[in-house]
Amino acid sequence: MEVFPRTSSRRLDKAVETFMVWVLRAGGWASVLVTFGIVITLVTESWPFFREVPLIRLFQDTMWTPLFAQPQYGIGALLAGTLVTTGVALLVAIPLGTILAIYLSEFADPKFRDWVKPMLELLSAVPTVVYGYFALLSLTPILQKIFPDLPQFSMLSAGLMMGVMIVPYVTSLGEDAMRSVPMLLREGAFALGDGKLGVGLRVVFPGAFSGLAAAYVLAISRAVGETMIVAIAAGLQPKMTMNPLDSAATVTAFIVQVSLGDLPHGSIGYQSIFAAGAALFLMTLGFNLAGHALRRRFHRAT
Amino acid sequence: MQPEPLRTLQEGRARRRRAIDSNFRRLGFFLTLSTLGILAILMLNLAMNGLARIDWQFMSSFPSRRAGEAGILSAWVGTLLLMLVTASAAIPFGVAAGIYLEEYAPKNRWTAFVEINIANLAGVPSILYGLMALGLFVYQFRFGQSLLSGGLALGCLVLPIVIVATRESLRTIPSGIREAAFALGATRWQAVWHHLLPYSTGGIATGVILAMSRAIGESAPLITIGALTFIAFLPPAPLISHAPFVSVDWLFSPFTALPIQMFNWVSRPGEEFQSNAAAAGLILMVITLSMNAAAILLRRRAQRNITW
Amino acid sequence: MSLSPENARQAIPESDASESKDLPKVQIRGVNFFYGSHQVLRNVSMDVPALKVTALIGPSGCGKTTLLRCLNRMHDLYPGNRYEGSIQVQPDGTDILGSGVDPIQVRMRFGMVFQKPNPFPKSIYENVAYGLRLQGMNRRRELDERVEKALREAALWEEVKSRLHQMAHNLSGGQQQRLCIARAVATDPDVVLFDEPTSALDPIATSKIEELIVELKKRVTVMIVTHNLQQAGRISDMTAFMYLGELIEFGETNRMFTNPAKPQTEDYISGRFG
Repeated sequence: MEVFPRTSSRRLDKAVETFMVWVLRAGGWASVLVTFGIVITLVTESWPFFREVPLIRLFQDTMWTPLFAQPQYGIGALLAGTLVTTGVALLVAIPLGTILAIYLSEFADPKFRDWVKPMLELLSAVPTVVYGYFALLSLTPILQKIFPDLPQFSMLSAGLMMGVMIVPYVTSLGEDAMRSVPMLLREGAFALGDGKLGVGLRVVFPGAFSGLAAAYVLAISRAVGETMIVAIAAGLQPKMTMNPLDSAATVTAFIVQVSLGDLPHGSIGYQSIFAAGAALFLMTLGFNLAGHALRRRFHRAT
Repeated sequence: MQPEPLRTLQEGRARRRRAIDSNFRRLGFFLTLSTLGILAILMLNLAMNGLARIDWQFMSSFPSRRAGEAGILSAWVGTLLLMLVTASAAIPFGVAAGIYLEEYAPKNRWTAFVEINIANLAGVPSILYGLMALGLFVYQFRFGQSLLSGGLALGCLVLPIVIVATRESLRTIPSGIREAAFALGATRWQAVWHHLLPYSTGGIATGVILAMSRAIGESAPLITIGALTFIAFLPPAPLISHAPFVSVDWLFSPFTALPIQMFNWVSRPGEEFQSNAAAAGLILMVITLSMNAAAILLRRRAQRNITW
Repeated sequence: MSLSPENARQAIPESDASESKDLPKVQIRGVNFFYGSHQVLRNVSMDVPALKVTALIGPSGCGKTTLLRCLNRMHDLYPGNRYEGSIQVQPDGTDILGSGVDPIQVRMRFGMVFQKPNPFPKSIYENVAYGLRLQGMNRRRELDERVEKALREAALWEEVKSRLHQMAHNLSGGQQQRLCIARAVATDPDVVLFDEPTSALDPIATSKIEELIVELKKRVTVMIVTHNLQQAGRISDMTAFMYLGELIEFGETNRMFTNPAKPQTEDYISGRFG
């Protein structure tokens, strides 16, 4: 008769357990290593750039031409492009995304919603190079009928396309937030005779606000970091302009533009894209952390 | 009995609310359909411009200066091999991290830091992964502008997607299942290996498919590591005729990929190149959208099949 | 140290049941339990007799489930928990709260049945066989025998023998709970712990489980947490009344229900609080 539990197998189980804890923990570390990898690379590779270029010139210069013989380092020229394209995108995504979120959470038939939501999310799964293609070759010609002076590359066209891309972020996260507002609150307002839209705007929207705000902030982060749409459709020329009908490079488009050329390791061009990347990282880090904090706050509140 | 004026006032108000509600309902429905319509227009546009271009010659030719002779052979082979590298990097580490955080990690500051880190990582612009790969993989580790560098960059990019999907999937398993296993004398790893992982494969597979579909469409990180070059050859084959019969030379080969090839064609003037771009885009769209559809169906089925 | 049930059974021949009945199966001595800085159990001592049903009763939050989960060291799974005192288990007299004791081996000696039926989403057969496999039993013939024996003991064999390889989730709630009992007894544990096993079941399924528990005590020591006083009265031999983390009174069930010694016990049993 065998004796159970077998102590030998128990010893093996223990060894496996200890080993697996280390393996799994290594997985957790990998995610931290990726962040360290990004931060360290950005810092070390842009270090020579910031040693050569005094910080003040980033804000004093009005042009961004680090590759010229007489270089200018006005990062404002890149930030302006990012700001305008992001602004245009948000003008589309926030109103449209919010209306869709209210409609899906408060009005739509649950079956319709369960079917439509994943379909909407497909919009953010479309490869961005496809959006860029569409913006440049289809959207811009249409817009040129409305604005005859619109150049072939424009921040308007790229921004609108980007807005479509980020609508699902707003709708999906926003709708989740609104639906987690307790039914009891809605019933309070319905009992007073308010209509569905009234309840949606006066009870659900404020109740879900930090959740919605998280959705907006994460959408901003997406727009700021989006690359291919702007690189294809907004132009690659850094320009200090706030006019969406103009063409201008964003921070991300500049990185693409430099990467397209021959890029010797250690050249000023090489260093400048890491400097631009560092600026981009800081911006999106801020938005991501804010979005994360808002989401956490919302989940704690409900 | 209420006085007459108040009642008419109430009726008027109620009627107006109903009107507002039904108008908003119509607006919401219309906007939902129009937003989905954009997706349809995109597909139609690509199909109209590119479908005619897709044939055997297109699939089996290298890029060329002449648009009519160009094809996507090196691009789709490159995409396939990239995904191999990406999946082998992202799936084991992502699933391990997900299991660790959900089942093992003590609740302390380090864990909280790792969680915030993953939330942030999921929102880091893809191009920054490209810069990291350029500085770290291409130059520091001397992998060159290779499939390995590109695949690892995409692997890092989709790592958070796999981690989050693993965690969410594990979280849907009720704690009673864990306790039942532990009460019978299972170690934590036995509970994971015998129960939690088998019961969450549907959710993890969904996450992996979504991650891969994201990686297939990415071009920015690949451009950053310098993959946008004229590639008219295939990487060395992974299987060779002499011992040890497998070769890793292909990992260090330069490459191109579908989205990069498409970007290349978009930025060239001339309608012929643009229809090449549309054809490549159509193929990309069909791949990513059907992967997403598969993920949706898989998630639906997993939810239907297991009722705890 | 010999913790394995098989060794234990060799040490004390089964024919000599009188001796093992005389020794208390589980001796709980001065057990304190802390969740972080919050003390949940205060100086609990009791002797759980062998081959009897011992019920733990008391208002919710009194610590009865906490005490039950001390016995198979389930608290070790969550951080911030601390035990004091000792729990000796016969026949070998091991202190299962002792520092050198492997909680996993303790769990192999104590079967547990939970509030809600929690079968694994596997086949009926695999549910019962899992504990045996964990203890290193892999031979098919042996497994088949033990699975059948356990299912018979759980009065489930006749209902499921033709569909052993179907999913356990297709069973009704009561059947699922009996399957969980089969799973718990399959490994021949010294003690089976029941944590409000009928709270999620309908009256008919409940009475089946109760019959089963009474039947089980012929072979194994049973401890059951219940919020249902009538249930404790129906099936238990001994009853422990707990209140605010303390053991107020412990004695034979009949005596406790007819003639409680402590006023709190009387108040609780007569329905004045709880």
